[in-house]
Amino acid sequence: MADMLKKVPVREQEAKVRATNFEEVCYGYNLEEAMDESTRCINCKNPKCVQGCPVGINIPGFIMKIKEGNIEEAYQTIAESSALPAICGRVCPQETQCEGLCIRGLKGEPVSIGKLERFVADYALENDIKIKKTGAPKNKKVAIIGAGPAGLTCAGDLAKEGYDVTVFEALHELGGVLVYGIPEFRLPKKAVVQKEIDKVKELGVKFEKNVVVGRTVTIDQLMEEENFEAVFIGSGAGLPKFMGIPGENANGVFSANEYLTRSNLMKAFDDNYDTPIAAGKKVAVVGGGNVAMDAARTALRLGAEVHIVYRRSEKELPARVEEVHHAKEEGIIFHLLTNPIEILEEDGWVKGIKCIKMELGEPDESGRRRPIAVEGSEYDIEVDTVIMSLGTSPNPLIAATTKGLDTNKWKCVVANEEDGQTSKDGVFAGGDVVTGAATVILAMGAGKAAAKGIHEYLSNK
Amino acid sequence: MYKITKKRELATNIYLMDVLAPRVAANCQPGQFVIVKLGEEGERVPLTICDYNRETGEITIVFQIVGASSKRMSLLEVGDFFYDFVGPLGRPSDFIEEDIEDVKKRKYLFVCGGVGTAPVYPQVKWLYERGIDVDVIVGAKNKDLLILEDEMRAVSANFYPCTDDGSYGFSGMVTGQIEELIEKENKQYDICVAIGPMIMMKFAALTTKKYDLHTIVSMNPIMVDGTGMCGACRLTVGDEIKFACVDGPEFDGHLVNFDEAMKRQQMYKTEEGRKLLKEQEKETHHGGCGLCGGDK
Repeated sequence: MADMLKKVPVREQEAKVRATNFEEVCYGYNLEEAMDESTRCINCKNPKCVQGCPVGINIPGFIMKIKEGNIEEAYQTIAESSALPAICGRVCPQETQCEGLCIRGLKGEPVSIGKLERFVADYALENDIKIKKTGAPKNKKVAIIGAGPAGLTCAGDLAKEGYDVTVFEALHELGGVLVYGIPEFRLPKKAVVQKEIDKVKELGVKFEKNVVVGRTVTIDQLMEEENFEAVFIGSGAGLPKFMGIPGENANGVFSANEYLTRSNLMKAFDDNYDTPIAAGKKVAVVGGGNVAMDAARTALRLGAEVHIVYRRSEKELPARVEEVHHAKEEGIIFHLLTNPIEILEEDGWVKGIKCIKMELGEPDESGRRRPIAVEGSEYDIEVDTVIMSLGTSPNPLIAATTKGLDTNKWKCVVANEEDGQTSKDGVFAGGDVVTGAATVILAMGAGKAAAKGIHEYLSNK
Repeated sequence: MYKITKKRELATNIYLMDVLAPRVAANCQPGQFVIVKLGEEGERVPLTICDYNRETGEITIVFQIVGASSKRMSLLEVGDFFYDFVGPLGRPSDFIEEDIEDVKKRKYLFVCGGVGTAPVYPQVKWLYERGIDVDVIVGAKNKDLLILEDEMRAVSANFYPCTDDGSYGFSGMVTGQIEELIEKENKQYDICVAIGPMIMMKFAALTTKKYDLHTIVSMNPIMVDGTGMCGACRLTVGDEIKFACVDGPEFDGHLVNFDEAMKRQQMYKTEEGRKLLKEQEKETHHGGCGLCGGDK
């Protein structure tokens, strides 16, 4: 019987062991553990957790099915709202979403919704349970740009409705950030991402890889020459930001995107693959988000001693609590309230990073307390590699090659939050290309909203 | 999968291939490039577009063996496939999008070094097809390594071969030929386009700077995705950081920081070289690369 105040603990690979491999950290619940945890859900009449879910999964609904031991129906309940639950169960920041609002959390720990979702989704993958289609086939073509979380969600929802959907992906693999950004040890590619994308394929969605929309073909060509009646842009975040400090172009300075792309997408950690990675022996990762944690823990697994340098305090770390916790367990060294001011180089290669101590002042526009440099507190950390994880700015390609598509002052595509409609008729957008770098689940929420928007648009056309 | 429909060895270790990639061939322009990948485990290799055929959907690529991937690529035959072939990437050359009347008024000098001749060819051809006469200097180590001569001669007004060893045409570097044309033959140019190894582009740009001749270069730094995601290809141009894959590959040669770019290009050189050596020597490889300590 579960302790009502505490989550049923989840089994994990031991920190010392996992720090040296790329196998998944968390093993997830088994049936017994999941059923045990499900008894902690009190099936609220007005479930707050659902309000916290960007795709509005009927959370108490699927948990009650687990309680009954009917995992297949639990999966169908989730699948009504999400095509990618095995992914979300692993990478959503549940503590600030569903679990953050769970009544159980008022006294004790919230229900472990994320781990339950993951259990159900993994069961569905293992037992090859198909998602049900709801709409009759419609003879209308929709193009989706980008096979990341936003695009896959939008494609899945539209295919369920019966639309003829084609997804265009710029890279040679499907999944977007799920394959190039999030590491194997947090989100297995073959066992989870690939299989969940296969479910979207089973709904009839077609995929075309190696198509860089804006270069290989434009949105206008897709609509005018290839007869797509609506287009969804979910092309993702784009160009990595750098700090603009001296030494940033020295050899050994990478964007987190480059470091992670080499390791995740190109599998540089695996000797059977050709792409090299200069992993580093002593690595500094600058930033405090999920991407920074991913880069740090990847470098650790590639054999480095890893330092995270973040300018605010632990409380402001934007990463998921679980990632910070795992990073610490694995031996990542945190330099909080610290900001790099120069990358020290020798013969063009990194040999250290000059930092300055920070203190927190008044809150800034983001509501977080603004870090202020403490004069005279400079010190050097000796490292051979620096990974900049400071977020991204939008890739200008699609906006620049699509007539009548408006962008805002940050160069993000402008789209309605409710239905994803952009300034161009028939063109919808969502995810990082609209919001700037955010989370997988927010992108999925936007893909979902746009699928609804596209369905309404095409129904009234 | 992208089928190889033609293969030709242009010179020792330099190959030309036609590849069926209809989407790329439909929209590519001079100045742009592609990225190819061999097999699932392959790396993404940026390659020059040397020519394209909108009707047949073929793209002509030219590459030189420089590492393990290009070596393996050279072993592919007609009928074989590239696993991945993506493009066109990067921005087209400036003149493609400029007013053609303005372009017609200018006198262009193209300067090619080695395999850099390949990306210059579609630019010269494009201008030739619009009735614009241009001068072309092609430099190579020796006569045997000078590629695409017939093709280039057919589309250029004046063709100036030059070889480092004097075995053909002008004896010396392309920079010497530039100086001779401007100083001895009193040629007047409005724009120079120089494409080749970074070291050659650096010195070509230094030479044209003397004459205040605006110079475009095409940068080929290390890339991973080539779509504006990883930032590996960043360069300093003037006082700005630019990404070669989305802002380039063509930049103002007088503003590019070549020394930094060349240093950055070395980043994985040792790893690449080591891999190639290992592949060539197989089990007899015992550390000749000087890097692996003989234990692999």
